[in-house]
Amino acid sequence: MNINVKHIAKLANLPLRDGEEEKFERQLSEVLSYVNRLDKLNTDNVPETSQSTGLENVTREDKTEKSLTQDEALSNALKTHNGMFIVPGILQD
Amino acid sequence: MIHTLSLSDARDGLNSKDFSSVDLAKACFEQIKSHDDKLNAILTLSEKEALHQAEEADKRIANGEESPLLGIPIALKDLFLTKGIRTTAGSNVLENYIAQYDGTAVQRLKEAGAVILGKTNLDAWAHGSSGENSDFGPTKNPYNLEHIPGGSSSGSSVSVTTDMAFAASGTDTGGSIRLPASFCNVVGLKPTYGRVSRYGVIAMSSSLDSIGHFTKTVRDNAMYLQVTAGRDPKDSTTPNKDVPDYQKKLGKGVKGLKIGVPKEYFIEGLDPNIRIQIEDALKFYEKQGAEIIDVSLPHTEYAIEVYYIVQTAEVSSNLARYDGIRYGYERSHFGDEAKRRIMLGTYVLSAGYYDAYYKKAMKVRTLLIKDFQEVFKTIDVLITPASPSMPWKLGERTDDPLKMYLSDIFTVHANLVGVPGLSVPAGFKGGLPIGMQILGPHFSEDLLYQVAQAYEMEHPWWKKKPDLGNST
Repeated sequence: MNINVKHIAKLANLPLRDGEEEKFERQLSEVLSYVNRLDKLNTDNVPETSQSTGLENVTREDKTEKSLTQDEALSNALKTHNGMFIVPGILQD
Repeated sequence: MIHTLSLSDARDGLNSKDFSSVDLAKACFEQIKSHDDKLNAILTLSEKEALHQAEEADKRIANGEESPLLGIPIALKDLFLTKGIRTTAGSNVLENYIAQYDGTAVQRLKEAGAVILGKTNLDAWAHGSSGENSDFGPTKNPYNLEHIPGGSSSGSSVSVTTDMAFAASGTDTGGSIRLPASFCNVVGLKPTYGRVSRYGVIAMSSSLDSIGHFTKTVRDNAMYLQVTAGRDPKDSTTPNKDVPDYQKKLGKGVKGLKIGVPKEYFIEGLDPNIRIQIEDALKFYEKQGAEIIDVSLPHTEYAIEVYYIVQTAEVSSNLARYDGIRYGYERSHFGDEAKRRIMLGTYVLSAGYYDAYYKKAMKVRTLLIKDFQEVFKTIDVLITPASPSMPWKLGERTDDPLKMYLSDIFTVHANLVGVPGLSVPAGFKGGLPIGMQILGPHFSEDLLYQVAQAYEMEHPWWKKKPDLGNST
């Protein structure tokens, strides 16, 4: 079982260090070959589990309540500007 | 020595004014400061806040108020958000994160008058079976410092067994309470999925995460659940279902109860010393009038595979929010285990593989649930070992993720099926503890306590404390 670690890391937005690609490829391939044993089981006509205690369609009243203040919401951000989060740019010149 | 009391004895002492909550808190801090340098169970102390909470509790006690945790010093796994106090998830990513609000369980504990001593060490993001994956260094097993205490709620388990706290909250996604409880000689509950609100607890795997706790005795455990259990509008998986009196069935014994022994748990890889202790316990139950019945959960062997697909898929999704913008550092700060799980999860959810892995796993999960439903038609509870092996040596499995993952083989089952599981001290081998797991149908926590306490009364293993020496 082979896994393209470079591609997966890109999908997951995970920067990898030197040497990690080979290490993770070995370790993850081993785990994947193990979980592949599920193939042996016939699961035709078996529904997928969506919730383990049998709850369905839980709703609540659509009303607002007190939330964090702007200052509280920003209190852990490394970079802020005029009461807003600074995010990396997505458009290039 | 008041810190060595059980929670329920400490409550009695508070009520009869033998000592105050402030006395208890100070005794716990003293114990932490004397011994935690070698154990590394605590990441952050909240001493000032705790002493204030203890003073408030003493006022309430003076006014004649009684409630199960009033004035009792506890610790919280560092996955529970605590307003104004650092909450790290054991990860460098959140090294400096100060939570802006209290989780629901924390809020309930505070309202009940519990005194929060601090935050305990854990495998980063609750990813681990040994306690070694913490970015702030491993926690050690107090019964033998060369051995692991079990994870991921390593510090919570160790803080209770060493009398640093009377009880501690933890989380259990695939065994993270029951494994460390069994390795540290304490009582650990993974409640039914949704019994305790997950709101304000850093999410690992949302369809599996259960919020539980560690205590010295079974009664203590019931008292704690009385405070944390119940519906929370902020967590839609908490059902609108009555919270029973969890102490009500204590002392009723096991006469006439049907105890199932699933043969799939007594496999070749099971440590013979653990097998002997569990079989002894079963003989004890039989003498007490329970009926011991061999049963089968035929899909058990697939539980660990299903778990490592479902869990990593949900981990990859939950950890996507850590981007270094609103809180914490950016993603290069994740440790190796978090990276492995994020990538495995991303892989099993990615285009072309979703059907083969995630969808398949969710189908097999249905088969696992049916196995349990079938067995609980004829028996009351199941008894199994909590772990296939004794607490291993530090470092022994760190380079072999697959071997580490297989440590959870007896505990992941309950999370996939949503049923409650209790690990109870069941003896020692070579100075290291062994745990027995009791599993029951959904929302049968009171029955698990009844069965566990019948054993504990005749086998008070919890009184066998680790030798910590005089000080560090």
